[in-house]
Amino acid sequence: MIDTKNLTIEKAHESLKKGEYTCRELASAYLKNIEAKNAELNAYLEVFDDVMEQADKAQEMFQNGTATLMTGVPIAIKDNILFKSHKVSAGSKILENYVATYDSTAVKKLKQAGAVILGRTNMDEFAMGSSTETSAYGVTRNPYDPTRVPGGSSGGSAAALGADMALVALGTETCGSVREPSAFCNLVGIKPTYDTFTRHGIIAMGNSLDQVSPFGKTVRDAEIVYNTLVGYDPEDATSTPTALAEKGKKENMKSDMKRIGVPWHLFAEGVDPEILENFKASIEKFKQSGYEIVDIELPYAKYSLATYYIIMPAEVSTNLSRFDGIRYGLSLPGNNLMEVYKKSRHAGFGKEARRRILLGTYILSHGYYDAYYNKAVKIREKIKEEMLEAFKKVDFITTPTVPVLPFKLGEKLSDPVSMYLCDVFSAPANLTGVPAIALPSGFSKDGLPMSIQFTANNFCEEALFDLGKKFEIM
Amino acid sequence: MEIKDVENLAGLARIDLPEDEKLSLIKDFENILGYVDIIKGANVDGVELEFDHYNAWREDVETDRDFDRDLIIEQFPNKQDDFLKVKKILP
Repeated sequence: MIDTKNLTIEKAHESLKKGEYTCRELASAYLKNIEAKNAELNAYLEVFDDVMEQADKAQEMFQNGTATLMTGVPIAIKDNILFKSHKVSAGSKILENYVATYDSTAVKKLKQAGAVILGRTNMDEFAMGSSTETSAYGVTRNPYDPTRVPGGSSGGSAAALGADMALVALGTETCGSVREPSAFCNLVGIKPTYDTFTRHGIIAMGNSLDQVSPFGKTVRDAEIVYNTLVGYDPEDATSTPTALAEKGKKENMKSDMKRIGVPWHLFAEGVDPEILENFKASIEKFKQSGYEIVDIELPYAKYSLATYYIIMPAEVSTNLSRFDGIRYGLSLPGNNLMEVYKKSRHAGFGKEARRRILLGTYILSHGYYDAYYNKAVKIREKIKEEMLEAFKKVDFITTPTVPVLPFKLGEKLSDPVSMYLCDVFSAPANLTGVPAIALPSGFSKDGLPMSIQFTANNFCEEALFDLGKKFEIM
Repeated sequence: MEIKDVENLAGLARIDLPEDEKLSLIKDFENILGYVDIIKGANVDGVELEFDHYNAWREDVETDRDFDRDLIIEQFPNKQDDFLKVKKILP
Protein backbone atom coordinates (compact mmCIF):
# COMPACT_ATOMS: atom_id res chain seq x y z
CA MET A 1 0.00 0.00 0.00
CA ILE A 2 1.56 3.30 -1.08
CA ASP A 3 0.81 6.15 1.32
CA THR A 4 -0.15 8.77 -1.26
CA LYS A 5 -1.29 11.17 1.43
CA ASN A 6 2.20 11.76 2.77
CA LEU A 7 4.19 11.04 -0.35
CA THR A 8 6.69 13.56 -1.74
CA ILE A 9 8.72 13.43 -4.95
CA GLU A 10 11.91 12.59 -3.09
CA LYS A 11 10.30 9.83 -1.04
CA ALA A 12 8.76 8.35 -4.20
CA HIS A 13 12.09 8.60 -5.97
CA GLU A 14 13.88 6.73 -3.18
CA SER A 15 11.27 3.98 -3.20
CA LEU A 16 11.34 3.64 -7.00
CA LYS A 17 15.11 3.53 -6.94
CA LYS A 18 15.20 0.86 -4.26
CA GLY A 19 12.50 -1.07 -6.09
CA GLU A 20 10.05 -0.93 -3.17
CA TYR A 21 7.42 -0.40 -5.83
CA THR A 22 7.39 0.11 -9.58
CA CYS A 23 6.35 3.13 -11.64
CA ARG A 24 3.27 1.14 -12.67
CA GLU A 25 2.35 0.52 -9.05
CA LEU A 26 2.82 4.16 -8.18
CA ALA A 27 0.67 5.32 -11.09
CA SER A 28 -1.95 2.69 -10.17
CA ALA A 29 -2.16 4.02 -6.62
CA TYR A 30 -3.10 7.43 -8.01
CA LEU A 31 -5.49 5.98 -10.59
CA LYS A 32 -7.23 4.23 -7.70
CA ASN A 33 -7.61 7.53 -5.85
CA ILE A 34 -8.98 9.10 -9.02
CA GLU A 35 -11.49 6.32 -9.36
CA ALA A 36 -12.62 6.80 -5.78
CA LYS A 37 -12.82 10.60 -5.72
CA ASN A 38 -13.07 12.12 -9.16
CA ALA A 39 -16.79 11.50 -9.64
CA GLU A 40 -17.50 13.79 -6.70
CA LEU A 41 -14.79 16.43 -7.23
CA ASN A 42 -14.63 16.56 -11.07
CA ALA A 43 -10.95 17.48 -10.96
CA TYR A 44 -9.99 15.51 -14.06
CA LEU A 45 -11.79 15.95 -17.37
CA GLU A 46 -9.96 12.95 -18.75
CA VAL A 47 -7.56 10.34 -17.49
CA PHE A 48 -5.25 9.45 -20.38
CA ASP A 49 -5.28 5.89 -21.72
CA ASP A 50 -1.49 5.68 -22.04
CA VAL A 51 -0.61 6.13 -18.36
CA MET A 52 0.77 2.59 -18.05
CA GLU A 53 2.86 2.98 -21.22
CA GLN A 54 4.33 6.16 -19.76
CA ALA A 55 5.00 4.32 -16.48
CA ASP A 56 6.82 1.58 -18.38
CA LYS A 57 9.04 4.13 -20.08
CA ALA A 58 9.83 5.65 -16.68
CA GLN A 59 10.62 2.21 -15.29
CA GLU A 60 13.12 1.68 -18.11
CA MET A 61 14.85 4.89 -17.09
CA PHE A 62 15.30 3.49 -13.59
CA GLN A 63 16.66 0.29 -15.06
CA ASN A 64 19.15 1.95 -17.39
CA GLY A 65 20.28 4.55 -14.87
CA THR A 66 18.90 7.66 -16.59
CA ALA A 67 16.18 8.34 -14.01
CA THR A 68 15.89 11.83 -12.55
CA LEU A 69 13.84 13.08 -9.61
CA MET A 70 10.79 13.56 -11.87
CA THR A 71 11.00 10.07 -13.40
CA GLY A 72 7.86 8.09 -12.67
CA VAL A 73 6.23 11.01 -10.87
CA PRO A 74 2.46 11.03 -11.55
CA ILE A 75 1.48 14.55 -12.57
CA ALA A 76 -1.79 16.24 -13.55
CA ILE A 77 -1.81 18.91 -16.25
CA LYS A 78 -4.30 21.69 -16.81
CA ASP A 79 -6.54 21.36 -19.86
CA ASN A 80 -4.79 24.21 -21.70
CA ILE A 81 -1.37 22.53 -21.99
CA LEU A 82 -0.84 20.70 -25.28
CA PHE A 83 0.10 17.01 -25.16
CA LYS A 84 0.39 15.63 -28.68
CA SER A 85 -2.37 13.23 -29.79
CA HIS A 86 -4.33 13.91 -26.60
CA LYS A 87 -7.45 16.02 -26.27
CA VAL A 88 -7.08 19.57 -24.97
CA SER A 89 -10.13 21.79 -24.62
CA ALA A 90 -9.25 24.76 -22.38
CA GLY A 91 -12.48 23.98 -20.54
CA SER A 92 -14.42 25.22 -23.58
CA LYS A 93 -17.06 23.77 -25.91
CA ILE A 94 -15.30 25.43 -28.82
CA LEU A 95 -12.41 22.94 -28.43
CA GLU A 96 -14.46 20.01 -27.13
CA ASN A 97 -12.95 17.36 -29.38
CA TYR A 98 -9.73 19.11 -30.30
CA VAL A 99 -6.65 16.89 -30.31
CA ALA A 100 -3.25 18.53 -29.81
CA THR A 101 -1.16 18.36 -32.98
CA TYR A 102 2.14 18.94 -31.17
CA ASP A 103 3.64 18.87 -27.68
CA SER A 104 3.96 22.01 -25.60
CA THR A 105 7.55 22.47 -24.48
CA ALA A 106 6.36 21.94 -20.89
CA VAL A 107 5.06 18.49 -21.81
CA LYS A 108 8.17 17.77 -23.85
CA LYS A 109 10.30 18.49 -20.79
CA LEU A 110 8.08 16.34 -18.57
CA LYS A 111 8.35 13.48 -21.07
CA GLN A 112 12.13 13.82 -21.22
CA ALA A 113 12.26 13.69 -17.43
CA GLY A 114 10.09 10.56 -17.48
CA ALA A 115 7.14 12.04 -15.61
CA VAL A 116 3.85 10.17 -15.92
CA ILE A 117 1.10 12.50 -17.13
CA LEU A 118 -2.09 11.12 -15.63
CA GLY A 119 -4.65 13.32 -17.31
CA ARG A 120 -5.99 16.77 -18.02
CA THR A 121 -7.74 18.76 -15.33
CA ASN A 122 -10.76 21.01 -15.29
CA MET A 123 -10.39 24.77 -15.47
CA ASP A 124 -12.38 27.93 -15.94
CA GLU A 125 -13.09 28.32 -19.64
CA PHE A 126 -9.91 29.64 -21.29
CA ALA A 127 -8.64 30.23 -17.73
CA MET A 128 -11.19 32.99 -17.15
CA GLY A 129 -12.29 32.73 -13.58
CA SER A 130 -11.29 32.31 -9.96
CA SER A 131 -13.42 29.32 -9.03
CA THR A 132 -13.44 26.74 -11.87
CA GLU A 133 -17.15 27.36 -12.24
CA THR A 134 -17.06 28.77 -15.79
CA SER A 135 -15.83 25.48 -17.31
CA ALA A 136 -18.08 24.05 -20.00
CA TYR A 137 -17.62 20.68 -18.30
CA GLY A 138 -19.13 21.34 -14.89
CA VAL A 139 -17.73 22.74 -11.66
CA THR A 140 -14.84 21.27 -9.70
CA ARG A 141 -15.31 20.90 -5.96
CA ASN A 142 -12.94 21.69 -3.12
CA PRO A 143 -11.51 18.53 -1.54
CA TYR A 144 -11.59 20.18 1.90
CA ASP A 145 -15.30 20.97 1.58
CA PRO A 146 -17.12 19.79 -1.55
CA THR A 147 -19.80 22.47 -1.13
CA ARG A 148 -17.10 25.06 -1.84
CA VAL A 149 -15.01 26.04 -4.86
CA PRO A 150 -11.39 24.91 -5.25
CA GLY A 151 -10.37 28.32 -6.58
CA GLY A 152 -9.41 28.91 -10.16
CA SER A 153 -8.73 29.00 -12.92
CA SER A 154 -6.46 25.97 -12.32
CA GLY A 155 -8.98 24.51 -9.85
CA GLY A 156 -8.93 21.03 -11.36
CA SER A 157 -5.19 20.67 -10.87
CA ALA A 158 -5.47 22.02 -7.32
CA ALA A 159 -8.33 19.69 -6.40
CA ALA A 160 -6.52 16.73 -7.99
CA LEU A 161 -3.45 17.39 -5.89
CA GLY A 162 -5.37 18.33 -2.75
CA ALA A 163 -7.23 15.01 -2.92
CA ASP A 164 -4.09 12.95 -3.65
CA MET A 165 -5.16 12.21 -7.20
CA ALA A 166 -1.68 13.27 -8.39
CA LEU A 167 1.70 13.75 -6.73
CA VAL A 168 2.23 17.17 -8.31
CA ALA A 169 0.34 19.27 -10.85
CA LEU A 170 0.71 21.99 -13.44
CA GLY A 171 -1.52 24.99 -13.81
CA THR A 172 -1.20 28.30 -15.57
CA GLU A 173 -1.45 31.81 -14.20
CA THR A 174 -2.66 34.97 -15.81
CA CYS A 175 -3.65 36.59 -12.53
CA GLY A 176 -3.31 34.28 -9.55
CA SER A 177 -4.77 31.22 -11.24
CA VAL A 178 -2.35 28.93 -9.42
CA ARG A 179 -1.76 30.88 -6.22
CA GLU A 180 -5.47 31.36 -5.48
CA PRO A 181 -6.40 27.66 -5.88
CA SER A 182 -3.25 26.80 -3.91
CA ALA A 183 -4.63 28.92 -1.09
CA PHE A 184 -8.06 27.27 -1.32
CA CYS A 185 -6.66 23.69 -1.41
CA ASN A 186 -3.78 23.94 1.11
CA LEU A 187 -1.01 23.75 -1.52
CA VAL A 188 2.20 25.47 -2.50
CA GLY A 189 1.95 27.38 -5.79
CA ILE A 190 4.81 29.17 -7.49
CA LYS A 191 4.33 31.77 -10.23
CA PRO A 192 7.79 32.05 -11.84
CA THR A 193 9.41 35.19 -13.21
CA TYR A 194 7.67 36.20 -16.45
CA ASP A 195 9.17 34.53 -19.52
CA THR A 196 11.44 32.13 -17.61
CA PHE A 197 9.01 29.31 -18.44
CA THR A 198 8.14 28.88 -22.10
CA ARG A 199 4.59 29.50 -23.34
CA HIS A 200 5.03 27.31 -26.42
CA GLY A 201 2.01 25.04 -26.68
CA ILE A 202 -0.05 26.72 -23.98
CA ILE A 203 -3.47 27.95 -25.06
CA ALA A 204 -3.09 31.70 -24.62
CA MET A 205 -5.31 33.99 -22.60
CA GLY A 206 -3.20 37.13 -22.07
CA ASN A 207 0.32 36.66 -23.37
CA SER A 208 1.86 39.55 -21.46
CA LEU A 209 0.67 37.88 -18.23
CA ASP A 210 0.40 34.11 -18.84
CA GLN A 211 2.84 31.77 -17.18
CA VAL A 212 2.81 28.00 -16.58
CA SER A 213 3.04 27.51 -12.82
CA PRO A 214 3.63 24.41 -10.67
CA PHE A 215 1.64 23.16 -7.69
CA GLY A 216 3.13 20.99 -4.96
CA LYS A 217 2.06 19.69 -1.60
CA THR A 218 5.44 20.83 -0.27
CA VAL A 219 7.80 23.63 -1.25
CA ARG A 220 10.42 21.09 -2.29
CA ASP A 221 7.97 19.33 -4.64
CA ALA A 222 7.05 22.63 -6.30
CA GLU A 223 10.75 23.43 -6.58
CA ILE A 224 11.54 20.13 -8.32
CA VAL A 225 8.82 20.73 -10.90
CA TYR A 226 10.06 24.31 -11.29
CA ASN A 227 13.60 23.06 -11.94
CA THR A 228 12.27 20.65 -14.56
CA LEU A 229 10.49 23.36 -16.54
CA VAL A 230 12.57 26.51 -16.15
CA GLY A 231 14.80 27.65 -19.00
CA TYR A 232 15.11 29.23 -22.42
CA ASP A 233 13.06 27.80 -25.27
CA PRO A 234 13.90 28.68 -28.88
CA GLU A 235 10.28 27.82 -29.79
CA ASP A 236 9.09 30.82 -27.77
CA ALA A 237 10.43 34.11 -29.10
CA THR A 238 9.61 35.83 -25.80
CA SER A 239 11.45 33.30 -23.65
CA THR A 240 14.30 34.72 -21.53
CA PRO A 241 17.75 33.73 -22.84
CA THR A 242 19.83 31.79 -20.31
CA ALA A 243 22.55 34.43 -20.02
CA LEU A 244 19.99 37.11 -19.21
CA ALA A 245 18.36 34.97 -16.54
CA GLU A 246 21.75 34.18 -15.01
CA LYS A 247 22.70 37.85 -15.00
CA GLY A 248 19.41 38.85 -13.39
CA LYS A 249 19.81 36.20 -10.73
CA LYS A 250 23.32 37.32 -9.92
CA GLU A 251 22.21 40.94 -9.59
CA ASN A 252 19.10 40.34 -7.53
CA MET A 253 19.92 37.42 -5.25
CA LYS A 254 21.65 38.35 -2.00
CA SER A 255 23.40 36.15 0.49
CA ASP A 256 21.28 37.08 3.46
CA MET A 257 17.69 37.81 2.48
CA LYS A 258 15.90 38.62 5.70
CA ARG A 259 13.93 41.81 5.15
CA ILE A 260 10.22 41.35 4.58
CA GLY A 261 8.10 44.32 3.53
CA VAL A 262 4.41 44.46 4.47
CA PRO A 263 2.17 46.90 2.53
CA TRP A 264 -0.41 47.14 5.34
CA HIS A 265 -2.26 49.95 3.59
CA LEU A 266 -3.37 47.52 0.85
CA PHE A 267 -5.42 45.41 3.21
CA ALA A 268 -6.75 47.97 5.65
CA GLU A 269 -10.17 46.70 4.54
CA GLY A 270 -11.72 43.90 2.53
CA VAL A 271 -9.78 41.02 4.11
CA ASP A 272 -11.61 38.31 6.06
CA PRO A 273 -10.81 38.87 9.77
CA GLU A 274 -9.73 35.24 10.25
CA ILE A 275 -7.31 35.53 7.34
CA LEU A 276 -5.91 38.80 8.65
CA GLU A 277 -5.36 37.27 12.08
CA ASN A 278 -3.68 34.24 10.54
CA PHE A 279 -1.51 36.53 8.40
CA LYS A 280 -0.38 38.49 11.45
CA ALA A 281 0.44 35.24 13.25
CA SER A 282 2.57 34.11 10.29
CA ILE A 283 4.40 37.44 10.26
CA GLU A 284 5.09 36.99 13.97
CA LYS A 285 6.65 33.57 13.26
CA PHE A 286 9.02 35.15 10.76
CA LYS A 287 9.89 37.85 13.28
CA GLN A 288 10.63 35.20 15.92
CA SER A 289 12.86 33.40 13.41
CA GLY A 290 15.07 36.43 12.91
CA TYR A 291 13.44 38.11 9.92
CA GLU A 292 13.08 41.85 9.90
CA ILE A 293 9.55 43.07 9.23
CA VAL A 294 9.28 46.48 7.58
CA ASP A 295 6.24 48.63 6.69
CA ILE A 296 6.24 49.58 3.03
CA GLU A 297 4.04 51.76 0.87
CA LEU A 298 3.06 50.79 -2.67
CA PRO A 299 0.83 53.69 -3.72
CA TYR A 300 0.11 52.39 -7.22
CA ALA A 301 -0.55 48.78 -6.22
CA LYS A 302 -4.17 49.61 -5.42
CA TYR A 303 -4.74 50.11 -9.16
CA SER A 304 -3.39 46.65 -10.00
CA LEU A 305 -6.60 44.70 -10.34
CA ALA A 306 -8.36 47.46 -12.32
CA THR A 307 -5.34 47.71 -14.59
CA TYR A 308 -5.40 43.95 -15.03
CA TYR A 309 -9.09 44.00 -15.94
CA ILE A 310 -8.28 46.34 -18.82
CA ILE A 311 -5.13 44.72 -20.18
CA MET A 312 -6.34 41.14 -19.87
CA PRO A 313 -9.66 41.49 -21.76
CA ALA A 314 -7.85 43.44 -24.48
CA GLU A 315 -5.47 40.51 -24.93
CA VAL A 316 -8.32 38.00 -24.62
CA SER A 317 -10.36 39.59 -27.40
CA THR A 318 -7.29 39.45 -29.63
CA ASN A 319 -6.20 35.91 -28.71
CA LEU A 320 -9.62 34.32 -28.91
CA SER A 321 -10.30 35.69 -32.38
CA ARG A 322 -8.49 32.61 -33.73
CA PHE A 323 -11.38 30.36 -32.66
CA ASP A 324 -13.68 30.90 -35.59
CA GLY A 325 -15.03 27.51 -36.61
CA ILE A 326 -12.86 27.34 -39.69
CA ARG A 327 -9.71 25.29 -39.14
CA TYR A 328 -10.51 23.27 -36.02
CA GLY A 329 -12.87 23.09 -33.10
CA LEU A 330 -16.62 23.56 -33.02
CA SER A 331 -18.06 24.72 -36.34
CA LEU A 332 -21.70 25.55 -36.98
CA PRO A 333 -23.04 25.72 -40.53
CA GLY A 334 -24.10 29.10 -41.94
CA ASN A 335 -25.16 30.62 -45.23
CA ASN A 336 -21.94 32.54 -45.54
CA LEU A 337 -18.57 32.84 -43.82
CA MET A 338 -19.73 35.56 -41.42
CA GLU A 339 -22.58 33.37 -40.21
CA VAL A 340 -20.20 30.47 -39.61
CA TYR A 341 -18.02 32.75 -37.45
CA LYS A 342 -20.85 34.29 -35.48
CA LYS A 343 -22.78 31.09 -34.85
CA SER A 344 -19.73 29.01 -33.99
CA ARG A 345 -18.38 31.63 -31.60
CA HIS A 346 -21.76 32.06 -29.94
CA ALA A 347 -22.22 28.32 -29.43
CA GLY A 348 -18.59 27.61 -28.60
CA PHE A 349 -17.82 30.27 -26.01
CA GLY A 350 -19.45 30.36 -22.59
CA LYS A 351 -20.86 33.44 -20.91
CA GLU A 352 -17.69 34.63 -19.16
CA ALA A 353 -15.59 34.19 -22.30
CA ARG A 354 -18.14 36.15 -24.34
CA ARG A 355 -18.23 38.84 -21.64
CA ARG A 356 -14.46 39.27 -21.66
CA ILE A 357 -14.15 39.19 -25.46
CA LEU A 358 -16.72 41.97 -25.74
CA LEU A 359 -15.16 43.95 -22.90
CA GLY A 360 -11.79 43.72 -24.63
CA THR A 361 -13.33 44.73 -27.94
CA TYR A 362 -14.82 47.77 -26.20
CA ILE A 363 -11.56 48.72 -24.51
CA LEU A 364 -9.67 48.49 -27.78
CA SER A 365 -12.25 50.33 -29.85
CA HIS A 366 -11.72 53.78 -31.26
CA GLY A 367 -12.53 56.46 -28.71
CA TYR A 368 -11.86 54.30 -25.64
CA TYR A 369 -8.41 52.97 -26.41
CA ASP A 370 -6.62 55.96 -24.91
CA ALA A 371 -8.78 56.28 -21.82
CA TYR A 372 -8.53 52.59 -20.95
CA TYR A 373 -5.80 50.62 -22.64
CA ASN A 374 -3.11 53.28 -22.92
CA LYS A 375 -3.75 54.54 -19.42
CA ALA A 376 -3.60 50.99 -18.04
CA VAL A 377 -0.31 50.29 -19.77
CA LYS A 378 1.15 53.43 -18.19
CA ILE A 379 -0.10 52.51 -14.73
CA ARG A 380 1.44 49.07 -15.25
CA GLU A 381 4.80 50.84 -15.75
CA LYS A 382 4.28 52.78 -12.53
CA ILE A 383 3.43 49.61 -10.60
CA LYS A 384 6.52 47.93 -12.00
CA GLU A 385 8.68 50.91 -11.12
CA GLU A 386 7.50 51.11 -7.52
CA MET A 387 7.78 47.33 -7.09
CA LEU A 388 11.39 47.28 -8.28
CA GLU A 389 12.09 50.33 -6.11
CA ALA A 390 10.65 48.45 -3.11
CA PHE A 391 13.03 45.55 -3.74
CA LYS A 392 15.93 47.91 -3.15
CA LYS A 393 14.73 48.24 0.44
CA VAL A 394 13.30 44.80 1.18
CA ASP A 395 13.97 41.25 -0.05
CA PHE A 396 10.36 40.06 0.03
CA ILE A 397 6.92 41.59 -0.04
CA THR A 398 4.16 39.69 1.72
CA THR A 399 0.36 39.81 1.70
CA PRO A 400 -2.36 37.25 2.34
CA THR A 401 -2.61 35.17 -0.87
CA VAL A 402 -6.39 35.67 -1.13
CA PRO A 403 -8.55 38.06 0.93
CA VAL A 404 -11.36 35.51 1.37
CA LEU A 405 -11.80 31.88 2.45
CA PRO A 406 -12.91 29.27 -0.13
CA PHE A 407 -16.49 30.28 -0.91
CA LYS A 408 -19.61 28.29 -1.66
CA LEU A 409 -20.31 27.08 -5.18
CA GLY A 410 -22.39 29.69 -6.98
CA GLU A 411 -21.81 32.37 -4.34
CA LYS A 412 -19.99 34.85 -6.58
CA LEU A 413 -21.07 33.66 -10.00
CA SER A 414 -23.66 36.38 -10.63
CA ASP A 415 -21.38 39.23 -9.56
CA PRO A 416 -18.28 39.38 -11.79
CA VAL A 417 -16.60 42.16 -9.80
CA SER A 418 -16.79 40.29 -6.48
CA MET A 419 -15.31 37.24 -8.24
CA TYR A 420 -12.54 39.36 -9.74
CA LEU A 421 -11.65 40.75 -6.29
CA CYS A 422 -10.42 37.28 -5.21
CA ASP A 423 -7.27 38.09 -7.20
CA VAL A 424 -6.65 41.55 -5.78
CA PHE A 425 -3.32 40.48 -4.20
CA SER A 426 -2.33 38.34 -7.18
CA ALA A 427 -2.38 41.04 -9.85
CA PRO A 428 0.85 42.91 -8.98
CA ALA A 429 3.12 39.89 -9.64
CA ASN A 430 1.50 39.12 -13.00
CA LEU A 431 1.49 42.75 -14.12
CA THR A 432 5.12 43.33 -13.17
CA GLY A 433 6.50 39.87 -13.94
CA VAL A 434 8.14 39.19 -10.57
CA PRO A 435 7.91 35.70 -9.05
CA ALA A 436 5.50 34.92 -6.21
CA ILE A 437 4.81 31.91 -4.03
CA ALA A 438 1.68 30.91 -2.10
CA LEU A 439 2.36 28.98 1.11
CA PRO A 440 -0.18 27.13 3.29
CA SER A 441 -0.49 28.96 6.61
CA GLY A 442 -3.04 26.98 8.58
CA PHE A 443 -6.78 26.44 8.77
CA SER A 444 -9.78 28.55 9.72
CA LYS A 445 -12.00 27.54 12.63
CA ASP A 446 -14.20 25.74 10.08
CA GLY A 447 -11.26 23.79 8.75
CA LEU A 448 -10.74 25.78 5.55
CA PRO A 449 -7.20 26.32 4.25
CA MET A 450 -5.48 29.71 4.52
CA SER A 451 -2.38 30.97 2.77
CA ILE A 452 0.34 33.61 2.81
CA GLN A 453 2.01 35.00 -0.30
CA PHE A 454 5.57 36.18 -0.83
CA THR A 455 6.89 38.10 -3.79
CA ALA A 456 10.58 38.59 -4.59
CA ASN A 457 12.56 40.42 -7.24
CA ASN A 458 12.88 38.95 -10.76
CA PHE A 459 14.83 35.66 -10.96
CA CYS A 460 14.77 35.18 -7.15
CA GLU A 461 12.68 31.98 -7.06
CA GLU A 462 15.46 30.27 -5.13
CA ALA A 463 15.00 32.78 -2.30
CA LEU A 464 11.24 32.12 -2.29
CA PHE A 465 11.78 28.35 -2.07
CA ASP A 466 14.28 28.84 0.73
CA LEU A 467 11.89 31.09 2.65
CA GLY A 468 9.03 28.64 2.05
CA LYS A 469 11.01 25.69 3.37
CA LYS A 470 11.85 27.63 6.51
CA PHE A 471 8.20 28.58 6.99
CA GLU A 472 7.19 24.91 6.72
CA ILE A 473 9.07 24.13 9.91
CA MET A 474 8.40 27.36 11.87
CA MET B 1 -24.14 51.95 -23.00
CA GLU B 2 -27.18 50.94 -25.01
CA ILE B 3 -28.37 47.81 -26.82
CA LYS B 4 -27.05 49.10 -30.13
CA ASP B 5 -23.57 49.58 -28.62
CA VAL B 6 -23.52 45.96 -27.42
CA GLU B 7 -24.72 44.84 -30.85
CA ASN B 8 -21.97 46.82 -32.49
CA LEU B 9 -19.34 45.21 -30.23
CA ALA B 10 -20.78 41.75 -30.85
CA GLY B 11 -20.56 42.44 -34.58
CA LEU B 12 -16.94 43.50 -34.29
CA ALA B 13 -16.17 40.42 -32.20
CA ARG B 14 -18.11 38.14 -34.59
CA ILE B 15 -20.40 36.68 -31.93
CA ASP B 16 -24.17 36.20 -32.13
CA LEU B 17 -25.87 37.25 -28.91
CA PRO B 18 -29.38 36.45 -27.68
CA GLU B 19 -31.50 39.44 -26.59
CA ASP B 20 -31.45 38.67 -22.86
CA GLU B 21 -27.68 38.44 -22.85
CA LYS B 22 -27.39 41.88 -24.46
CA LEU B 23 -29.30 43.33 -21.52
CA SER B 24 -27.29 41.47 -18.88
CA LEU B 25 -24.06 42.53 -20.59
CA ILE B 26 -25.02 46.19 -20.26
CA LYS B 27 -25.40 45.66 -16.52
CA ASP B 28 -22.12 43.69 -16.27
CA PHE B 29 -20.26 46.34 -18.25
CA GLU B 30 -21.59 49.07 -15.98
CA ASN B 31 -20.30 47.19 -12.93
CA ILE B 32 -16.93 46.26 -14.39
CA LEU B 33 -16.25 49.64 -15.98
CA GLY B 34 -17.47 51.27 -12.76
CA TYR B 35 -14.78 49.32 -10.94
CA VAL B 36 -11.94 49.86 -13.41
CA ASP B 37 -12.74 53.58 -13.53
CA ILE B 38 -10.60 54.00 -10.39
CA ILE B 39 -7.67 54.16 -12.80
CA LYS B 40 -8.84 57.67 -13.68
CA GLY B 41 -7.40 58.78 -10.35
CA ALA B 42 -3.93 57.43 -11.09
CA ASN B 43 -1.33 60.03 -11.96
CA VAL B 44 0.77 58.83 -14.87
CA ASP B 45 2.29 62.17 -15.82
CA GLY B 46 5.73 61.76 -17.21
CA VAL B 47 5.45 58.03 -17.87
CA GLU B 48 7.23 57.36 -21.11
CA LEU B 49 6.56 53.95 -22.49
CA GLU B 50 9.85 52.47 -23.42
CA PHE B 51 9.37 49.53 -25.68
CA ASP B 52 12.49 47.53 -25.14
CA HIS B 53 11.28 44.57 -27.15
CA TYR B 54 13.28 43.36 -30.09
CA ASN B 55 12.78 40.71 -32.70
CA ALA B 56 14.12 37.26 -31.92
CA TRP B 57 15.61 36.17 -35.20
CA ARG B 58 16.77 32.74 -36.16
CA GLU B 59 18.65 31.49 -39.20
CA ASP B 60 16.42 30.69 -42.13
CA VAL B 61 17.23 27.01 -42.22
CA GLU B 62 15.02 23.96 -42.28
CA THR B 63 14.43 22.43 -38.86
CA ASP B 64 12.40 19.52 -37.59
CA ARG B 65 8.87 20.50 -36.68
CA ASP B 66 6.75 18.54 -34.30
CA PHE B 67 3.43 19.34 -36.03
CA ASP B 68 1.40 16.34 -37.12
CA ARG B 69 0.01 17.06 -40.59
CA ASP B 70 -2.52 14.23 -40.51
CA LEU B 71 -3.88 15.32 -37.16
CA ILE B 72 -4.28 18.86 -38.47
CA ILE B 73 -6.14 17.77 -41.61
CA GLU B 74 -8.27 15.30 -39.69
CA GLN B 75 -9.63 18.16 -37.61
CA PHE B 76 -10.73 20.43 -40.45
CA PRO B 77 -14.47 20.97 -39.95
CA ASN B 78 -14.92 20.79 -43.72
CA LYS B 79 -12.46 19.49 -46.29
CA GLN B 80 -11.96 18.29 -49.83
CA ASP B 81 -8.89 16.37 -51.04
CA ASP B 82 -7.00 17.28 -47.85
CA PHE B 83 -7.70 20.97 -48.41
CA LEU B 84 -9.60 23.09 -45.91
CA LYS B 85 -12.95 24.00 -47.42
CA VAL B 86 -14.71 27.26 -46.54
CA LYS B 87 -17.76 29.14 -47.72
CA LYS B 88 -17.08 31.42 -50.64
CA ILE B 89 -15.59 34.70 -49.57
CA LEU B 90 -16.69 36.97 -52.41
CA PRO B 91 -20.44 37.35 -52.85
